[in-house]
Amino acid sequence: MTTANPAMVRQYGDDIRLFRSRAMKLSWATLIVVAALLPFGMSDYQANVAVYAGIAAIAAIGLNLLTGFTGQVSLGHAAFLGVGGYTGAYVSGEWNMPFMVWLPAAALAGAIIGLVIGPFALRLRGNYLAVVTLGLVFVAQYVFENWKSVTGGTNGTSVTAPVKVGPVDFSKLSVPGKDFTRDQSYFYLVWIIVLLVALLAKNIVRSRPGRAMQAVRDRDRAAEAIGVHLARYKVLAFVLSSALAAMAGALYASYQRFINPGEFTLFVSIAYIAMIVVGGVGLIFGSVLGAVFITTIPRVIEEVSAKYQAVEDFLDRIGMTVFSLNQAVFGLLIVLFLVLEPRGLGAIWLRIRLYFKTWPFSY
Amino acid sequence: MTELFQYLVAGFALGARYALVALGFVVIYKATGVINFAQGSFVALGAYFTYNAHVTWGLPFALSVVIAMLGAGLVGIAIEWTVLRRVLGQPVFAIIMITVGLLYVIEQVITTIWGNDNLNLEDPWGIDTVKVGGVVISLIDIWTLILTGAVLLAFFVLFRHTSMGLAMRAAAHDPEAAMARGISVRRVVAVSWAVSAAVAALAGVTLASGAAQLSPTLGFIALAAFPAMILGGMDSPLGAVLGGFVIGITQSLTAGYQILGERFYTVMPYVVMIIILMVRPYGLFGTKEASRL
Repeated sequence: MTTANPAMVRQYGDDIRLFRSRAMKLSWATLIVVAALLPFGMSDYQANVAVYAGIAAIAAIGLNLLTGFTGQVSLGHAAFLGVGGYTGAYVSGEWNMPFMVWLPAAALAGAIIGLVIGPFALRLRGNYLAVVTLGLVFVAQYVFENWKSVTGGTNGTSVTAPVKVGPVDFSKLSVPGKDFTRDQSYFYLVWIIVLLVALLAKNIVRSRPGRAMQAVRDRDRAAEAIGVHLARYKVLAFVLSSALAAMAGALYASYQRFINPGEFTLFVSIAYIAMIVVGGVGLIFGSVLGAVFITTIPRVIEEVSAKYQAVEDFLDRIGMTVFSLNQAVFGLLIVLFLVLEPRGLGAIWLRIRLYFKTWPFSY
Repeated sequence: MTELFQYLVAGFALGARYALVALGFVVIYKATGVINFAQGSFVALGAYFTYNAHVTWGLPFALSVVIAMLGAGLVGIAIEWTVLRRVLGQPVFAIIMITVGLLYVIEQVITTIWGNDNLNLEDPWGIDTVKVGGVVISLIDIWTLILTGAVLLAFFVLFRHTSMGLAMRAAAHDPEAAMARGISVRRVVAVSWAVSAAVAALAGVTLASGAAQLSPTLGFIALAAFPAMILGGMDSPLGAVLGGFVIGITQSLTAGYQILGERFYTVMPYVVMIIILMVRPYGLFGTKEASRL
């Protein structure tokens, strides 16, 4: 008799465990060590790409909690990012507050807006909710453009949000023998937060509130019938998701040192939806994969077209700009991706894992 | 008083344009349950096709519009064939994202072919106006209203009195049952995409005619038509038209009287939409979803 594969799920306890096997623990530890070593060999440009990817991952995890796990489609994510960005900028700039105040303040502002918007989800379903949240983006846009004393209007506002936690300044980290640049230092800050947020999300998902949220997603009436408080969990999902988005927005503002209303448009919301769809709806690590994918692709296209003269010549001949190409490829990738694998990158990964897990009986 | 009438007329005309765009949304939604985000690109595409036929090839304007509608319809069918047919039965969410991807692609194709500059459609209406009892009405506005009425009537006839319309309604209601009755759901879906794109093309022409100009941002107007569609109820053509008028008129009045500041009218459609949906969660004429366990 052979011993059972420890990765096999035999009971509910196994299903909700954070780490299903020692191998999984080990691979996570390896991943973290590798990530921690990355900035040593990274150029500023690469670090910059990775920081934006990490910031997007934080907000994408938030959106996945709402859309992927609770089934409430929101096109309003950009609005929450903006609220967080401006709150972070104001609290740190006008009130001279440190990192440990402005980041929670931004999250709180996002949570409050989420608390106000959440109840809409109790009355509206599916597409109707999606379009109302779409309206939210335009309303937020209007507020950002016109509440000039806080947001600086259409010209935007410069942000001086320090990232000092105790004695550690995450804008210029150093270890003996190596001083990190600003971009490299932010890499640590952002990805540590990604890790914490992912862990938080994973823990929510595998505990009672998360199970309740998934019951609401699968069929809300049935969930209600077995005793899930619909209002509580729908609003909770909104609060969580918008708080995470706002946090990401504040980090974005701090990293970029400047924000304007044009950075929180509907297209940003769409990009976030694209992230969780490409990554895998209802998968926490899928949101991270999706965020990395969607934020990196445009940069890669820029790089490639700058490097190869042939690409540039071709674009010139058909009268296309690099920006156009970027947008078109972005769109095409989403289409191709979803036609070929509607369940996202995460699903591909799960399938590969399942293949090895059930080997040699892989069907 | 004249001022009020002036704003109302402008509102009706704007509303009619929204309504035309919203009607395109409704057709696809009714047949497939998908909100087509690429609708805006059909709107722009239609206007550019008209430009190409009328200005570049020198064909008569009316013929150009017909060609543009046919062209957009063909593009709609082509997209349905190459892309959407493959994802039939996948989660609606993924399909909606695919239409978003298409929006990005088509928009860039348009800017690559026709450039980013503002173009003049050289429509026969120009900036001509007629005066009715002190109220100035531009010709294009009158034509837009007539066209919207005609399209709505055509929809009514199509859905109520033709076998294709019956097939469309059946397929929308329950695709599997429709298939079991021998209805080709694929054909129904293809036809809905064609019809929707053609209506969008017409909307594009009315949006780029008159005092307005043709630019790639034309597609964005479709976003303003979202409230119109949702306000009327997503599966109701009549609702789309009424929604269009409600949005158009409130927007025109807010802009005219500068209610709540100079630029508030830009967000007015969304505010109206949110308020109405709070009272009626399925829009004014939408079908209420039955909730079963």
